[in-house]
Amino acid sequence: MAYEERNVWVGLIVSLLSVAVYIWLVLSAAGGGPLADVDWVPFMVWTIVGGLVVSIGVSFLWGRIMARRNPDDVGTSDQRDRDISHMSTRVGQAFLLIAGLGVLVLCAFEADWFWIANTMYAGFALSSIIGCIESVIAYRRGLV
Amino acid sequence: MVKPTRVTNTIRSVREESGLTQAELARRVGVTRQTLIAIEQGRYSPTLELAFQISRVFGVGLDDIFHYPEESS
Repeated sequence: MAYEERNVWVGLIVSLLSVAVYIWLVLSAAGGGPLADVDWVPFMVWTIVGGLVVSIGVSFLWGRIMARRNPDDVGTSDQRDRDISHMSTRVGQAFLLIAGLGVLVLCAFEADWFWIANTMYAGFALSSIIGCIESVIAYRRGLV
Repeated sequence: MVKPTRVTNTIRSVREESGLTQAELARRVGVTRQTLIAIEQGRYSPTLELAFQISRVFGVGLDDIFHYPEESS
């Protein structure tokens, strides 16, 4: 598995776990009550920051392990990696656009901060997860 | 989502005739071994520049390595 493909796998798994943990924390804090009453800011900040730290750490450790097997592949990327990255970015941007429009609509109706922030968070999360899935498919099945 | 390419290539056979490994050819044209495998298997269409680089390693023309079917009338 190439260096960039490993990073995509790490990004996908960490994104899924991060979102799952965030949803679990918010639902646990709500305890069956209104979600808008939950103090969501620390949960969101810590799951995003935690996800970034874990992602960097796992990528680094996986890279070190693979470097022992094949030192030539360490940190190398090429045109195919860039093509796949561009493709997944385009796919991911669609979800950011939808989330942005959703935020505008929620603001127009003066929705609670919770729903505005979490709509944008959902856009970022979907953008990342769907982008990673598209990348994995392109690495496995091909990009032509 | 991913449509198959109509461009085919004979990199694998030419490479094996030349006694080059995938890793060696990949290193000489500046891509990862995984990318070279994807090109050989038709899962990735190389850029024109990379196609020229691959052909040049074997000292042959682009048409000797990469093929595109004639349009049927």
